[in-house]
Amino acid sequence: MSFRITTFLDDKPKIKKYFPQVITLLFIIFIFGYFTYNARVNMDTRGIDFGLRFLGEEASFDIQFSLIEYSGASSYARAYLVGLLNTILVAVIGIFFATILGVIIGISRLSSNYLISKVSEWYIEIFRNIPLLLQLFFWYFAALRALPLPKEAINFFDIAYLSVKGLYIPKFVWTNFSVFLYSIVAALVAIFFVFKYARIQQEKSGRRIPAFLISLGIFIVLPLLTFLIGGVTLTFEHPVLTQLSKTIFNYIGGVAIIPELMALAAALSLYTATFIAECVRAGIMGVTKGQKEAAASIGLTPGQILRLVVMPQALRIIIPPTTNQYLNLTKNSSLAAAIAYPDIVLVFAGTAMMQTGRAIEIVSITMLTYLSLSIAISIFMNWYNKKIAIKEK
Amino acid sequence: MIKNTKFLGKPSKEKFNLFVPMGILLLSLGLIDVIANSLFETNITSFLPRWLSYFTPLIFGFLGLYYLRIEFSGNKMLDKLNININSNWFNSILTLLIIFVLIQNIPPLLNWLIFDANFAGTTKEECTDSGACWIFIKIWFPRLMYGLYPSTELWRVNTSFNMLITLVVALFYIPIKLKKYLIIFLIFFFPFIMFNLIHGGNFGLEWVETAAWGGLSLTFIISIFALILCFPIGMFLALGRRSSAPVTRYSSIGFIEFWRGVPLITVLFMASVMFPMFLPDGVYMDKLFRVIIAITLFEAAYMAEVIRGGLQALPRGQYDAAKSLGMGYWRLHMLVILPQALKLVIPGIANTFLALVKDTPLILVVGLLELVGMIDMAKTNPDWLGFATEGYVFAGILFWIICYNMSRYSQRLEIKYKTDR
Repeated sequence: MSFRITTFLDDKPKIKKYFPQVITLLFIIFIFGYFTYNARVNMDTRGIDFGLRFLGEEASFDIQFSLIEYSGASSYARAYLVGLLNTILVAVIGIFFATILGVIIGISRLSSNYLISKVSEWYIEIFRNIPLLLQLFFWYFAALRALPLPKEAINFFDIAYLSVKGLYIPKFVWTNFSVFLYSIVAALVAIFFVFKYARIQQEKSGRRIPAFLISLGIFIVLPLLTFLIGGVTLTFEHPVLTQLSKTIFNYIGGVAIIPELMALAAALSLYTATFIAECVRAGIMGVTKGQKEAAASIGLTPGQILRLVVMPQALRIIIPPTTNQYLNLTKNSSLAAAIAYPDIVLVFAGTAMMQTGRAIEIVSITMLTYLSLSIAISIFMNWYNKKIAIKEK
Repeated sequence: MIKNTKFLGKPSKEKFNLFVPMGILLLSLGLIDVIANSLFETNITSFLPRWLSYFTPLIFGFLGLYYLRIEFSGNKMLDKLNININSNWFNSILTLLIIFVLIQNIPPLLNWLIFDANFAGTTKEECTDSGACWIFIKIWFPRLMYGLYPSTELWRVNTSFNMLITLVVALFYIPIKLKKYLIIFLIFFFPFIMFNLIHGGNFGLEWVETAAWGGLSLTFIISIFALILCFPIGMFLALGRRSSAPVTRYSSIGFIEFWRGVPLITVLFMASVMFPMFLPDGVYMDKLFRVIIAITLFEAAYMAEVIRGGLQALPRGQYDAAKSLGMGYWRLHMLVILPQALKLVIPGIANTFLALVKDTPLILVVGLLELVGMIDMAKTNPDWLGFATEGYVFAGILFWIICYNMSRYSQRLEIKYKTDR
């Protein structure tokens, strides 16, 4: 049969060219159609209708930790938003710490000090080769559970308290916060112009203006002025140890960082830092020795060499794989569901799905959310990467 | 102390016999202070103010290393020490801090792990020492390895894994001529034998439902099957992504980017709640199979990217040469391109497998209990409450040994195949 088709098609080259593609397309359409048909039949027999109308219904479950106003009376859409924000929160915290730790470890790995480079090497080998879920469980079920009760909480200079119930830190209470925010934006704009002016001056006359010091001054003075004349005030609401019943104590007030968030952030950043460290190491090693020697021979100081010659070149090598690690961290933050941190998977694909039974809609929405987060990060990083890439002629 | 330094001048070779003993003396004073503090819980500098006493080891050590920092001293050992850990004041402080942190932390850790740990006994009550209670692991060991698999049938799991190991080891030693056949047997036939042996239900073997599978063996069953199944899919996707036909190309890109953009946990949710909806009414598929299919599709996307890397690394001349011999698309790829490309990506495949093994514990969110899941179950057993740490440390060490060796092996492969070209 197949033999006859190919000989038949040999006479008609145009059809022969498109024939496999049409077959592929038909096959894909058939698969999708078959699944959709099955899903419709299954949903009909179970009496479920397909649609997103359920998002407006009352969720009637509580979420332990939320960045925005949420109660049981809120809708499923609101619960989705709470979960999404919690996911973004833990991803941002994780990326922040993982980057700092990763850069430190990556640079230490290249240190001339034998002990330092060995310790960082072992850090990388240990944390990279243990499954993330296991690390997460270790922090949550073993390390953080060993913390003292609120009554004997670890006290950080009367500012923050660490106990088995979480980390309690003071809450910032602002008045006229918007004025303060505007002043920061104004300071950033001013700094931008200072740097521009400094560069023009240097190109024109060769004179160097201490742009960094000036901008640091602007950044400190301008927001401070708003306290004096803008009517901005800042007070702290300290957490206070309160007796809830005869034996139960807890801190009231302030901001409570729940242990789930701490464990998740710790596990994600310690795990991802190992990969970022390897990226940083590869990047710095990728800058050839001749570059550093050339820079030194024209009289740059070691600090200038690192800032002006090594880092700009190393960053081009470091950024693409590091982006990948940021994406991985964001996706790995979904492990939250395993320790009941209310992220999008737990709140939406877990609780909301149990209540509504709408498997297809909810799992699809969750997947699409992660897909769009991934695509957003990779688009941003591609743009940045293009911006700093070497412009070859 | 500071005055002394000025008085003696910069450490130099001329006064070698003065500086080196002094440096060693001060350094050992610092070390003794820390050791006494952390091992014997006595503070030998307690007569000093508390804040100063806290920093004495650092100060002593710092001065000691300062005196030892003699350039070109002529003493080989001293020179080596200076170059490696004591090249300037910043390095010497870091060195001291690392040494002190290690001295303070390693003995308690070893005590907990080994010296104060409980090994003998069978019940929780026999854990009387202050260290870890390894009895917990000892009692639960079969469960951690095999899950809820019936104890009388354990030989079947053991046999299949032993066979696998023997065959893989044999692969390295048999003559090249036979190697091809062994690989074909391993990839195409052995998985079915292994599956049949563990699953049972025929040849007089008792049927064991997949819900009873678990422990570390499940990790490997899932990873091995997913790897073998994802390989052909990944290969076709990689070829599809490089195809010039738009339908093939864009559907491959869409498939790959979709699976790479979502976390495994949502894929597993999909397998457990969404897949059944897509199957025709009345068809039931086992949860383990659904999970394996989902992980396969997920890994196929990653595998496709690995293989694509190999395809891109091949020089264009290979395609041109094959085409000039009159080879069509399939013959060109099967005979010329893929054999070379696949050889290039062997380290990449090993890394994918490593990532797969590390990801497998996640299946506990859909109720399949491999090693981590079994520990989760064991630690909530009313008879064995409060041993979470031991469980996680044990699993961590086990996983670390496996993953570390695998990553070392893939690094070795990388080096080996780099020199080949």
